[in-house]
Amino acid sequence: MAESRTPSTTRVTYDYVTRTIARTLGTPSRGYFLLLATAVALLGIGIITLIFLLRYGLGLAGYSHPVYWAVFITCFVFWVGIAHSGTLISAILFLFRSGWRTAVYRTAEAMTVFAVMTAGLFPLIHIGRQWYFYWLIPYPNERGLWPNFKSPLIWDEFAIGTYFTVSTLFLIMGLIPDIAAVRDLATGWRKKLYAITSVGWTGSNEQWRHYTRGYLYLAALATPLVLSVHSVVSWDFAMAVVPGWHTTIFAPYFVAGAIYSGCGMVITLLTPIRRIFGLEEIITVKHFENLAKLCLLTGSIVGYAYACEYFLAWYSGSATERAAFWYRAFGSYWWATWTMIICNGFLPLLLWSKTVRTNITALFVISIFVNIGMWFERYVIIVVSLAGEPFTKWTNAVYNPTWADWGIMAGSFGWFFMWFLLFVKNFPAVSISEVKEVLAPPRRGQARAVGGGTGAHH
Amino acid sequence: MLKLPPLFSAPPTPGALGVFAHLDTTLDAIKRLRAAGHADFTVYSPIPRHELEDALGAPVSPVRMFTLIGGIAGCSIGAWLSLWMSEDWPVQVGGKPIGSIPPYVVIMFEMTILFGALTTILGILLNTLFARRRAGTILYDPRFTNDRFGVFVPAGSDKVAAAEKLLRDAGAEEVRRA
Repeated sequence: MAESRTPSTTRVTYDYVTRTIARTLGTPSRGYFLLLATAVALLGIGIITLIFLLRYGLGLAGYSHPVYWAVFITCFVFWVGIAHSGTLISAILFLFRSGWRTAVYRTAEAMTVFAVMTAGLFPLIHIGRQWYFYWLIPYPNERGLWPNFKSPLIWDEFAIGTYFTVSTLFLIMGLIPDIAAVRDLATGWRKKLYAITSVGWTGSNEQWRHYTRGYLYLAALATPLVLSVHSVVSWDFAMAVVPGWHTTIFAPYFVAGAIYSGCGMVITLLTPIRRIFGLEEIITVKHFENLAKLCLLTGSIVGYAYACEYFLAWYSGSATERAAFWYRAFGSYWWATWTMIICNGFLPLLLWSKTVRTNITALFVISIFVNIGMWFERYVIIVVSLAGEPFTKWTNAVYNPTWADWGIMAGSFGWFFMWFLLFVKNFPAVSISEVKEVLAPPRRGQARAVGGGTGAHH
Repeated sequence: MLKLPPLFSAPPTPGALGVFAHLDTTLDAIKRLRAAGHADFTVYSPIPRHELEDALGAPVSPVRMFTLIGGIAGCSIGAWLSLWMSEDWPVQVGGKPIGSIPPYVVIMFEMTILFGALTTILGILLNTLFARRRAGTILYDPRFTNDRFGVFVPAGSDKVAAAEKLLRDAGAEEVRRA
């Protein structure tokens, strides 16, 4: 399945990998419970806000004419975007046979599933009457009605639904051999849990034969899927005749932005995991550097897309388009636009320096700004396009988010981190079998154990 | 502990299990077993390795047919959903034809992926389940998911000694009998 590579140190054997990763499932520290309590508290804020929204209506959020797509839709696109790099790392780099993905892909994949779970909540909150959500689904009803399949919102429902299903299945598939590995070490109630969730995995040749084939096809299906999902999300906007939205660059621009933000989030999540769980020998600086390179590549595409948008607004000769982009950069929301341009257009340029790419503290700080920048990108695209030209003459007031918007957003972070924290303590957050795949296999006579591969370091 | 009904646990198969510490000794055992005419033995490994696959010479997994059929079915269902439902409740949108293919390609694409993925999982589950039923309940060692390879040879009481000797000669560090 993968080339054997020279291990970074001879200490890293199969047994070392199993035990080091299984150790992450040990008794949690006080710090872990503190983080979990913070996440649950944030989720509590979100739930309380939602109760208020249900009782008193969406008017509690900052919606004001003509801005009726605002923070909730911004957060939806933000979280869907976060999800994307997980599939990039787990599926696309799998097809490219990138050895380095093995140490980081599980974290990225779990992030994908939880980010899609978070994203999916926002359209439901945004529609106001959550109990009618099933109207989106084509189901036979007494009025003989069917959904409008020409609407990008229906495409979105199909894309997000498929993405959530496939990425969850992909995560579970990858987990099965690793759950079996921790099952064989575990005791007590965990042994029972893992015995059931490993669905009888023993690592027999027949299991591997069907599993590796199936995994390959799942990766091959997930690859076009991930590119389609954010394209479809971008068409929610691009299909509408709104200056700032109605452009053909949106699909590749959104996909690049999604992977950029997702790689940022992977760095944000991996830095503490590596430190807390002592995985320095499995997740190395090399892995962070590769993630930083992905950030640099996708960030440059995003920066290019920004330049392209402004150039085309000017070059189109359309007065409305020019006015919309002038408003974006110098109107009431200039601060949001410039936050996005600095964080996404200029900040990744720091990653050209190898010193920055190999400094984990610097990468962690940059990754936080990547997340902030990408949230503002969606805010700018959605809110500022709706609030700006040519709509300013019908504006009631300058749109501003209220406590209800922030409360729901805080809740979404709590929801995401709660699932993520529960995941890393209960299931292997780093793939056990795939990390072993990039090591040289044990052979008779240890002299031959090293250098069995192409010489490339993982 | 939960007791599973006998539907899921096949009767135990008699035979010999060898535990191997190295990949090359495991490969050696596979070669010797195939030379001796064994075909129904099971090899355990903590990771998939092409060397093992090549030594076993098993055909490509039939999972790919599941993926293909699922993908084609999903695409057809996507086309049927969007076209038939549009005709059943015709609404003019944006001056486009009632059954308008370009926007429906999105639905067809997503359904291809969804059904392709679901049938792939189904293919893996069914194929491994059938393989397990064929092999019966055979010896296993918890080290096989960590750093040891294993070979289980089904053999009746008359042949088990020969199988044990073969495994030991190939370099097994431990041999057990069931």
